[in-house]
Amino acid sequence: MGLPFRLLPKKHMFAFTVKRIAQALLVMLIISMIGFSIKSAFGDPVRELVGERVTPEERAQIRERLGLNDPFMVQYGRFLKNAVQGDLGRSFFFKKPVTEVIIAKAPATLELVFCASLIVILFSVPLGIYSAIHPKRFFSRFVMGGSIVGVSMPVFLTAIMLIYIFSVELKWLPSFGRGETVTIFGWWESGMLTWDGIKHLIMPSIALSSIMLPLFIRLIRSEMMEVLESEYVKYAWAKGLMPRRVWLVHAFKNTLLPVITVGGVQLGIMVAFTILTETVFQWQGMGSMFIESVERADTALMVSYIVVVGAIFVVVNTIVDLIYGLVNPTVRVAGRK
Amino acid sequence: MAERLLDIKNLDVDFLLREKTLRAVRDVSLSIDKGQRLGIVGESGAGKSVLGFSIINLISKPGKITGGEIMFGGKDISKCSYDEMRKIRGNHISMIFQDPMMTLNPVLTIGTQMMETIMAHMDVSKKEAEAICLEKLKKVYIPSPEKRLKQYPHEFSGGMRQRIVIAISLLTNPELIIADEPTTALDVTIQAEIMELLLELCETDNMGLILITHDLAVVSEVTQRIAVLYAGRVVEIGPTSQIIESPQHPYTQGLLKALPQMAGSSNRLNQIPGMMPSLFQMPDGCPFEPRCEHKLDKCKKEIPKLTKLASGTEVACFAREGGE
Amino acid sequence: MRSRWQRFRESFFLYSFLRDPMAYVSFAIIVVLFIGAFGAPVLAPHNPYDPTTIDIMDSELPPVWSAEGSTKFLLGTDNMGRDMLSTMLYGMRISIIIGVGAVALQAFLGIVIGLLSGYISKLDNVLMRIADVQLSFSTYMIAIFIGAIFQTMFGVANYEKIAAPLLILIIGLAEWPQYARTVRASVLAERRKEYVEAARVIGLSKIRIMWRHILPNTLSPVLVISTVQVANAIMSEAALSFLGLGMPMSKPSLGSLITAGFEYIFSGSWWITIFPGFLLVLLVLVINLMGDWVRDYLNPKLYKG
Repeated sequence: MGLPFRLLPKKHMFAFTVKRIAQALLVMLIISMIGFSIKSAFGDPVRELVGERVTPEERAQIRERLGLNDPFMVQYGRFLKNAVQGDLGRSFFFKKPVTEVIIAKAPATLELVFCASLIVILFSVPLGIYSAIHPKRFFSRFVMGGSIVGVSMPVFLTAIMLIYIFSVELKWLPSFGRGETVTIFGWWESGMLTWDGIKHLIMPSIALSSIMLPLFIRLIRSEMMEVLESEYVKYAWAKGLMPRRVWLVHAFKNTLLPVITVGGVQLGIMVAFTILTETVFQWQGMGSMFIESVERADTALMVSYIVVVGAIFVVVNTIVDLIYGLVNPTVRVAGRK
Repeated sequence: MAERLLDIKNLDVDFLLREKTLRAVRDVSLSIDKGQRLGIVGESGAGKSVLGFSIINLISKPGKITGGEIMFGGKDISKCSYDEMRKIRGNHISMIFQDPMMTLNPVLTIGTQMMETIMAHMDVSKKEAEAICLEKLKKVYIPSPEKRLKQYPHEFSGGMRQRIVIAISLLTNPELIIADEPTTALDVTIQAEIMELLLELCETDNMGLILITHDLAVVSEVTQRIAVLYAGRVVEIGPTSQIIESPQHPYTQGLLKALPQMAGSSNRLNQIPGMMPSLFQMPDGCPFEPRCEHKLDKCKKEIPKLTKLASGTEVACFAREGGE
Repeated sequence: MRSRWQRFRESFFLYSFLRDPMAYVSFAIIVVLFIGAFGAPVLAPHNPYDPTTIDIMDSELPPVWSAEGSTKFLLGTDNMGRDMLSTMLYGMRISIIIGVGAVALQAFLGIVIGLLSGYISKLDNVLMRIADVQLSFSTYMIAIFIGAIFQTMFGVANYEKIAAPLLILIIGLAEWPQYARTVRASVLAERRKEYVEAARVIGLSKIRIMWRHILPNTLSPVLVISTVQVANAIMSEAALSFLGLGMPMSKPSLGSLITAGFEYIFSGSWWITIFPGFLLVLLVLVINLMGDWVRDYLNPKLYKG
């Protein structure tokens, strides 16, 4: 049983962090190489620059100028250099640098993910804790039953059902788009500052959270149930503490640790589902941008999305690992049966 | 006669499983006066821990108290409300568990775990509560107590952890401490220290102590009375000195003979042949009958009740009734 | 010697199965669905793949219980005039085939890699690192990426022609890490056991040890995750179809049907999306329930064994 991360000698902590970051960089490198290979194999940078009406001679000239006849590694090196400076190529459809397109679309996706995460956290914690403490009550069984159904419904189907019920039949909520947006900080188009924007956010957020919510409820519930059986919880009861304190301070704190790790990974799944949700709701975010770029064979955009999303994953996972290291699990091994 | 501190009368504890009901504690009666120290002895599975937990009504499901009374402070606490019971636990009756590494919450500081006990039961300010914590830590001889409050359980050795647990049990100045195998998880050398500490504390503060253990050696040093538990029943109960020197029940006799010190010249341990019956297959008559050397015909069919002998010890055995 | 059938009848497996209503009800529904799916050529009232039987004038007819419905098309027709019920049955068949096929591929890849990884420590680090990275990316993401790349490579038309086996490949490739990790954990646990030591001492080759001795013992956890993986694979295929990276409209799976029907809910033809949607959820739900039961059943034994 080791010491928790925060109590390790400083040099161990440092070594651990460095190792994790090095691993992250390596993975990024590999992703970017894969991305670049695809781009160079199937993309057509000439078309991206000047469109399609170009004579073969002009084409050859441009190719030479762009250095497209250089060896692979040289081109890759150039790609990396550009990428680090923020230049990921040009979208042939939008006729703009890829970075510009992505940055313009990012706020839409980020706000959506934020709202969905909020829903997940706000609901899964109380529901999970409740069904762990009172597993046999009708409400708990109802929640667990609902969870299994939730997990069996693909996100886009939930979205479609929501649209059908609330937009088509009841006509309460709008079925597509972001509604009114307000520009803040000069470039961030936010839909959260107007009532109309918020109305547009409701269904997509619910749809996006619909797969994660049941997962988290079940996770919190099973971890909590295990913790509730531990010796130290029994001891807390023996000390005559108020039930709320036993549940929330003694039990829940220990439940959080595994939940955090899983939570970090689930973020990845969330990003995948934005692609589906945005497509259903015609939400102009990065997800729908990706699908459209596939349909239009806009390779630069498509590959850049993969690279950017890859980067986000790697960063998030590394941070989660580091946080987890800080609140080290070997501490929680004690006290469990 | 002064009122007893704790008076358990005819206690039954059942485990309600899906297909059958198992009785873990059968018709147990025992009592303890203020400041008295009682040992509950028996082998694993005899029901001693269940008995201990049932006093503060903390038996794990599907266990339940199904009969008898537990009189404490003039009330039957086996039947009082949840809230009333909560106010007694950790307050008037404190409990010490077996393994302090498992008992203390690994993610909370010692200070938190001590303060919360005080704040749950006593109406004092935080500063006063902290003072009480430090006072009790000093009582259990933990050096530099001020530093300790901010530390985590894993930063202490096993013996220190158990001292902390004992300190926690003292915080509210309880009338009774129930210690369930308090030294089993510790090194032999530390065991003696901890037991001495408990003894000293009980004597100074006139606290009652119920010591639950399988270790006869420990119990003989610390307690004034011993109750021997077998298959969920009390088979013998009396003053410690008498039980150790002249045990009456065949099981108790067997236990004492089985001690390594009693091995005799052949250097072989004296085992009691057979095993304690499991809860699933409890015999109809005396539970010890299958292994007993002194059995009578009666023993197979009827269950002996505790009868008082002239010496003051009570024994549940047909072979001993009317003797001495 | 009791016959196999007799032993099965008296087994604990059957006993606990029959006692749990969730188990036998789910199983019954699965059987009905499978019969419906694979018996489609016989059971379906129409053949949705035969263009001669389809009349565009029949399109968007509501189910039989509505005013304009007809008994010819019990659940109505879709936008191309195909009978909903028949198309759903055939679609379910495709969904199931792809789901099971993908799981077979994942299991095969995963088991091989897991065995190698667990037994040869030099490969272990590399393989598991790849698995971890792939897992952290979420298999949906990977499936979508691979699908997107393939479609860019082959072009939309070609992609559609080989959609079914390609989907099996995509989903199989995306999900092998799950199996690999599970098998590897089993292998590592088994390696320490004495019978492996004994086999090595006798001089059996590594491959033989892996195949005859270790493999059978790792199958239990594989079974546990397989049911859930089938459910996941079916959902992945539906998601890919929804994004246009899956089965085409000419040979639709349930996912493609839902996609096609989506725009029609606004014009009132709700059944084109809702019915296949309901069927998909039902299918995945009962597989998940069965999977839960299988897992609960096998798990306590895993710990004892």
